[in-house]
Amino acid sequence: MLRNYLIFLWRIYRFSFLGSVRYYVWMTILTIFSLVGLYAYAHQTVHGLAITGMTDQVSWGVYIANFTFIVGLAAAAVMLVIPAYIYQNKHLHDVVILGELLAIASIVMCLLFVNVDLGRPDRFWHLSPIIGVFNFPISMLSWDVIVLIGYLMLNVHICGYLLYMRYLRAQPSALFYMPFVLLAIAWAISIHTVTAFLYVGLVGRPFWNAAIVAPRFIGSAFTAGPGLMIIAFQIIRRFTRYKIDDEALHILRQIVTVSLLVNLFLLSCEAFKEFYAESVHSSSARYLFFGLNGYTALRPWIWFAITIETISAIILIIPALAKQMEYVNIACILSFVGIWIEKGMGMIVPGFLPTPLGEIVEYFPTLPETLVCMGIWSFGLLIYSWMIHLAIPILSGELSIQPEAVGTKQALSGAPAV
Amino acid sequence: MNGPFKTRSINEITYAPLTRRSFLKFGAAAAAAYAGFSVALSPLKDLKEHLSIEEFLQQHYERLTAEHMQKILARIEKEIERDYHVRATVKDIKPMHGVEYAFALNIGKCIGCRRCVYGCMAENNTSRDPQIQYIRVLEMKKGSQNVEESEHYYDHEWVPQADKYYMPVQCQQCQNPPCTKACPVKATWQEPDGIIVVDYNWCIGCRYCMAACPYWARRFNFAKPALPPEDINTDMAYLGNRIRPRGVVEKCTFCLRRVRQGMQPACVEVCPTGSRVFGNVRDPKSPIHYILNNKRVYIFKEEAGTIPRFYYCFDV
Repeated sequence: MLRNYLIFLWRIYRFSFLGSVRYYVWMTILTIFSLVGLYAYAHQTVHGLAITGMTDQVSWGVYIANFTFIVGLAAAAVMLVIPAYIYQNKHLHDVVILGELLAIASIVMCLLFVNVDLGRPDRFWHLSPIIGVFNFPISMLSWDVIVLIGYLMLNVHICGYLLYMRYLRAQPSALFYMPFVLLAIAWAISIHTVTAFLYVGLVGRPFWNAAIVAPRFIGSAFTAGPGLMIIAFQIIRRFTRYKIDDEALHILRQIVTVSLLVNLFLLSCEAFKEFYAESVHSSSARYLFFGLNGYTALRPWIWFAITIETISAIILIIPALAKQMEYVNIACILSFVGIWIEKGMGMIVPGFLPTPLGEIVEYFPTLPETLVCMGIWSFGLLIYSWMIHLAIPILSGELSIQPEAVGTKQALSGAPAV
Repeated sequence: MNGPFKTRSINEITYAPLTRRSFLKFGAAAAAAYAGFSVALSPLKDLKEHLSIEEFLQQHYERLTAEHMQKILARIEKEIERDYHVRATVKDIKPMHGVEYAFALNIGKCIGCRRCVYGCMAENNTSRDPQIQYIRVLEMKKGSQNVEESEHYYDHEWVPQADKYYMPVQCQQCQNPPCTKACPVKATWQEPDGIIVVDYNWCIGCRYCMAACPYWARRFNFAKPALPPEDINTDMAYLGNRIRPRGVVEKCTFCLRRVRQGMQPACVEVCPTGSRVFGNVRDPKSPIHYILNNKRVYIFKEEAGTIPRFYYCFDV
């Protein structure tokens, strides 16, 4: 048993470095971008967070904005899991592991984004129970640490187990993964709800201290996440021999459509509340949408985001367009970018402005900060590509403990007895 | 089938023993990776921050014995001497029994001169560059209580200005503090005398407490605090005015070092108008006790439910 598993690890290690020229070029590019991000982070380590655009007034910036957005991507894996495992939808069954791998890559990115935002990353261990002091259950941040790490472990277990069983050509035992799948579904909702509560629980920030934030987070996550998967799955089926049928993509498209409409509806609810009965607590929303006292840094961004999300929604609700993959792709990219703006910087920065003392200090990310973000995105893409590179031959049966039936005698000769 | 696996199956390749060729390829890749990482990490050669093993492994304040604390204080004194070239004494000053502090600021008397702001900086060793101040004096418009209408950076030759009133804001030392709730590692807490403190050696610098504070009372050391030696107050307290490390949050502590040794806070001492009154509310003979009982008193942002120990008052 253990020997088989060690051989498996050795083989996936070897296989990580086997691939087409295209694979090498792609991975090299991502590695270079990741290293550029690491370079910028090393720079930050030397000079401190002073090299970012953050201030005492806007004390979180583009790191936490990306973190918030990517938690949504991770949570969205559940949108494949529910129909695939609960309703036994066979179209999604094939791709569900690819979605869960995206969740793993996303959580890794989230943890990196939190870590680069820390003033004292050397004290990260203070968060661990027993040797550190973990303010659970009082601090919402402690909840977030638990749900994110728990979600990472659940998905690593589910994907790892199913892929290894496939590699062994053995039937996975439902007992070993179904309870975890069911748990992961509830857990996925919880990671994004808890992340929303991080903001909702702050009494001094009226823009965040609103019940609508958590439902908005879920709506936008289930737009951006499946939208990204639609694009990713087409790339995968184009560049690998793995078959993903259009049916699966169209199920995802329907999820994107409904979620995007829900998100836009909730956005309009928010706008109505803020502007029909405008009070001092509407200042942040006014700053975001219209600018306040001459400060308008976010105004063009939010209107751009709303515009492209609306275009995306129009494409998706016109059946003639929604049936064509080219239009669906455009819609997915538009809504993905729109939500990244709206839920990233458009959510974090106005929460701080005006400050509780009424001051406005605009926030602009600096170059090193931007490079760190780019590096983390590249690294996330790198590990996602790597996992896909390993998962696809396992899923298609090419990489398994027993050489394929079609294999020749030569193929068998290299294999040790197992 | 197309792609790289035309002639040999994946199984064959992944089971194949390492050949000389693959070994060379591995070597080349390893060299490239090494070069890439060295370039990426090259800025670290300028790293000036010291991190000793003792500092790295230091435990939470509440877990430290008196003996541990003595060693830590000695170490911190050495660190300050190394980095700031002054000999400081750092003490761990505990709260007094039966004492609970409160603060009253007479909004009718304050003229907005900002002496409190600078008196506070001198006592508390806050960074001069970038400048960190605990007190923000708001120049309020007549007829408005809305802080968004206030001016933070007023720069007049003379204060007070006509048709303005002045409202200094600092940590309100809430009885129901949102900041201590937010902290994921309990690096900030409320002491028995009511002062909210930060263990600067335990704070991880996540800045969630800053987002949580409804009074914008917390400051972050984005850079290592810069202080010329002549500006340093060498009488320091562990939970109070010692020079903070980079990357941690700090805040007003009611001048814990002074008040726990029977003195008044620096802002009270320097105020030329007597607008500021500080004391032990449990002492019925204290001026603060008298003010809270007899003057017209209110708290800032009552709707936030924070229950400040900092009161604004006015005369009739």
